[in-house]
Amino acid sequence: MSMTTSEITGKSMLQVLRGHGGVVALVAILLFNMAFTPNFFQLQTLFVNISQVATIAIVAMGMTLVIATGGIDLSVGAIMALAGALAPLIFLSEFGTAYPVLGVALAIALPLLVALACGLFNGIMVAKLNVQPIIATLILFISGRGVAQVLTNGNLQTFSNPQFSYLGTGKILGLPFQGWLAVAIAVVLYLVISRTTFGRYVLAIGGNERAARLSGGPVARVKIGVYMICGALAGLAGLIVVAINSASDAARNGSLMELDAIAAAVVGGALLQGGRAPIFGAILGAVIIQLVKYTLLANGVEDEVALIAKAGIILVAVYVQQARKE
Amino acid sequence: MTVLLEMNAIQKAFNGVPALAGASVEIERGEVHALIGQNGAGKSTMIKVLTGVYRRDDGQISFNGQDSVLTNPREAQAAGIATIYQELTLVPLRSVTENVMMGYEPKRFGAFIDWSAAHARTREILTRFGIDIDVKMPLGTYSTAIQQLVAIARAVSLDAKLVIMDEPTSSLDTSEVKTLFGVVRSLRDAGVSVLYVSHFLDELFEICDRVTTMRDGKTVGCVKLAETTKLDLIAGMLGRASSDIAAAGMTEFGGGAAKKGEILLEAKDVATGPRLSKFDMSLHRGEIVGLGGLLGAGRTEAARALFGVDALRSGSITLKGAAAPSQPADAISAGLGYLTEDRKAEGIIPDMSVRENLTLALLPRMTKGGQIDRAREREIVQHYIDALDIKTADMEQPIRELSGGNQQKVLLARWLAIEPDILILDEPTRGVDIGAKREIQLIIRDYVDRGYSVVLISSEFEELVEGADRIVVLNEGRCVTELTNPGITEHKLVQALAHTNEAIV
Amino acid sequence: MLNSDAFDLRKYMQRHPQSVAVWIALLALILFGVLRYDNFGGSYNFGSFLNYNSMFIVIALGMCFVIITGGIDLSVGSVAAFSSVIAAYLSPYGIEVALPLAVLVGMSFGAFNAFCIIALRIPPFIATLATMLGAKGAALVISGASTVAVDWGSNFTNMGMNKALGLFPWSIVLVTVVGIALWIVLEMTSLGRTILAIGGGEDASKLMGLKVNRAKAFVYIISGGCAGLAGVILASGFGAGQPLEGVAWELSAIAAVVVGGTLLTGGLGSIPATVAGALLLGLVFNILNFENGRGTISFSAYWQMVIRGMFLFAVILFQTRMTKGQKSKGASA
Repeated sequence: MSMTTSEITGKSMLQVLRGHGGVVALVAILLFNMAFTPNFFQLQTLFVNISQVATIAIVAMGMTLVIATGGIDLSVGAIMALAGALAPLIFLSEFGTAYPVLGVALAIALPLLVALACGLFNGIMVAKLNVQPIIATLILFISGRGVAQVLTNGNLQTFSNPQFSYLGTGKILGLPFQGWLAVAIAVVLYLVISRTTFGRYVLAIGGNERAARLSGGPVARVKIGVYMICGALAGLAGLIVVAINSASDAARNGSLMELDAIAAAVVGGALLQGGRAPIFGAILGAVIIQLVKYTLLANGVEDEVALIAKAGIILVAVYVQQARKE
Repeated sequence: MTVLLEMNAIQKAFNGVPALAGASVEIERGEVHALIGQNGAGKSTMIKVLTGVYRRDDGQISFNGQDSVLTNPREAQAAGIATIYQELTLVPLRSVTENVMMGYEPKRFGAFIDWSAAHARTREILTRFGIDIDVKMPLGTYSTAIQQLVAIARAVSLDAKLVIMDEPTSSLDTSEVKTLFGVVRSLRDAGVSVLYVSHFLDELFEICDRVTTMRDGKTVGCVKLAETTKLDLIAGMLGRASSDIAAAGMTEFGGGAAKKGEILLEAKDVATGPRLSKFDMSLHRGEIVGLGGLLGAGRTEAARALFGVDALRSGSITLKGAAAPSQPADAISAGLGYLTEDRKAEGIIPDMSVRENLTLALLPRMTKGGQIDRAREREIVQHYIDALDIKTADMEQPIRELSGGNQQKVLLARWLAIEPDILILDEPTRGVDIGAKREIQLIIRDYVDRGYSVVLISSEFEELVEGADRIVVLNEGRCVTELTNPGITEHKLVQALAHTNEAIV
Repeated sequence: MLNSDAFDLRKYMQRHPQSVAVWIALLALILFGVLRYDNFGGSYNFGSFLNYNSMFIVIALGMCFVIITGGIDLSVGSVAAFSSVIAAYLSPYGIEVALPLAVLVGMSFGAFNAFCIIALRIPPFIATLATMLGAKGAALVISGASTVAVDWGSNFTNMGMNKALGLFPWSIVLVTVVGIALWIVLEMTSLGRTILAIGGGEDASKLMGLKVNRAKAFVYIISGGCAGLAGVILASGFGAGQPLEGVAWELSAIAAVVVGGTLLTGGLGSIPATVAGALLLGLVFNILNFENGRGTISFSAYWQMVIRGMFLFAVILFQTRMTKGQKSKGASA
């Protein structure tokens, strides 16, 4: 039995390699940095990159699940803003200051529940009302951030709350907490996809929805499930961003995150038509996108040019994927 | 007569797998030429090579006295080759006029479409076919038969020298077929050639002059229809001596003596929509009930109703005395299985492995606390790969890489694995090679012999006649009669289909 | 014209329930506004409303073409921002130079999209997403990430600030001309019919011998050109090239197209209904502003986004109800 398991992981590692050349790209970027970027292999650099990458990766993993069913979720950035706006409101409230521990616990739990509810809304629109995912999630994309801004009156909420900030600044074994969190989530989601009926149905629905339904797959439930997971992960990422900054800015939190997440998922090997859920690929994609950004920045290239580079990466990644299929 | 088209020693391979290996066909001017062969014999590939959809690897094509180097369908149309494909290749959302005129619209000032002229011309063309419909309505609002005739009307209106018809009658009723044959004859009289692809052999004798038979990507013969027999044609397609077939029967079903058990499934006055308006049947344990009928008779709709895919508008279905399930998941847990007709659209999940495809319906029963019991999964999959002799590198191979017959066996295994009391099989042997076909028939027979029941839909009359204990015959969404074995012959079944309005005893 | 080809309003309403609903909603909202607010129908509000929304209308027009083929163009907002910067740089040469060149720049982004989608076979969603990022980056690079003032001495700003007949902003006049031209292309030419056919079934269209790739290239180039024009209007109306503008414009445009009843899966769509959809979305904003002005309610700017989302939600619910009856057929024999 252990033989077969290692065989499978060995094979999937190979598939990752052949799959999208992402690893090759990553190695190339690392080599480039080793040669040209000053101070690249320093702990500080590592910390900066890990804490940046973790939020993208967490959202991208949720996005990967949604894309695996053939869907898309444009609302993740708005959900981040919403969750991020709620948290300080809760622990800065009278109740939150009176019971600090409970306050922080609620400041994490309630926004996540709200994010879950947003995912539920998206899921119902897609699975029950058969609205195309782009349009269904466009609703929350437009209004979600608006709600966050209404809640905070558009103000920047700054705070000092070490317990809550642990989400974004804490360290375990010297590495940022959210990095560990992202890895833990990845492991859990990987097991969900490869070992559970839910995961199998996710891939089956993306691969052929009609066949999945006719084989008794609970299509609507599974779809609602992935949108809820995606929403909850976006909410978590929103909390982390707020914790990193010790401030919540509803206008900027998670802005354009949907694009980064989709890009990371696609670079990581997700197929837009569904049927594939490379969870670790999503992390790889997030790392590549972050490292390219960092490399350009560290070598004095403007932030704007990094956008063009990101565009190039996405095109190349998808083109390679497409070419391989034919 | 002179030769219009000559295709000689055509070679075409896909990913190294040859689809055509030296196929030839020759058509004269004003000839109706039939092209026949089993599924996978290479007929469709041959047509697509001719019309420029595929590029040939080798061989010569000469059309109208010139070497033909067509590279896309538009050039083929311009050269005078019009094609009506097997799958409807029109745009249902757009109007009838647009579908007929698309690409050849009458213009004003050289740029703007003259809609009144377009509508008028479309009406005129359709009138020739005896169709009188509102040409401004979306094509999709009309029946499949009308859509088929519109496709033919489009092709014919393009002043073609050669009209290719790929299974044109499969969705037409008797009177529509007559209309079509009238059109074919008038084309022939006008000196237009027709390449007629069909598996309804009786039609060929009625309408065609010569027939080319293909097998395994090769041409096996070209004869005048007046000088051959149906049995010889079948023998040519199968590659066996005709005397063997006459003696041994066409299928592996071999009459199962009906040993009826209790009634498992009963449908009364079931209607789900315009395509299924009155469906009655009962199914006993250990019995195969066939659903007979032509395409569009409502057989697939009946299967969907039984499996809880389509909601009932009226009537009732009882399963083992209880109310029938209202969705597939419930149907499966109630002991039903449904092998769908369209393997690609409703069966396989192409990128998933053989293992994952095989256990899809079984998942709920292989799960402990949401987690798949992977050891048991592999055990079950291996069992069925061995039992059904599924040819696959290993169980992790993506199912899309398997041949059609082996894909079908995996899907069959998907349903056998849940051991349903009742298995609904919609065209279980369509599009698989002859060897796999026989194997699948044996598997079904064996399953029934073990005390399970089967509802069998098949367009191949031999399969129904020899396989089913009873045949419920459908026409236009209604049950018209029921035949009981032993005693059913192909002749009787055809009669039942032909005389659908009269009571047959 | 008393033959059967004459326009039949009743049949039209049956076949296009949503188009009709959008027009009715638009008229009702205008009537509501005129009756309720003093200056609503005034020439100032009229002009500024049309001027501002002309950008969104023209982008929605291009988007409508793309969506009819079953595609999507996410790059329009960034392309508009880029073109606005180009137009601002070219403004000293006058509108007659700046306008065509900026539109041409927009079209070349469209051509790049078309190349990626048709030649490289990259899905439209991804190809145009990449172009969106690329165009945004390029706009920031060439502008130094700040607004680029236009030359006030030339005639460039006339378009965004002056009015034809003292009533219609030149921007909306131009957009109207573009809209009519596109309408004619869609309804009256083979190219337009090919575009509709592609959305209804790309493979079928190919087998019918239609020039599918040419038509697909056309829609993306047109969409890029429309975005370019929106960029010119932006620069002209605000007196500056705006590299940071255009965020989420593509989504407003998609929303307008959907509100106008165009199927996102392609094959069906109407230019006038798209214009109505864009106007309707703009009008909701406009009315909220007036309502704020009356002081009866105090909706912050943030509420407007919330309400816009809710509005889209309502339209989608309406649409799913309308199409439910039509869709439940199917299932092959």
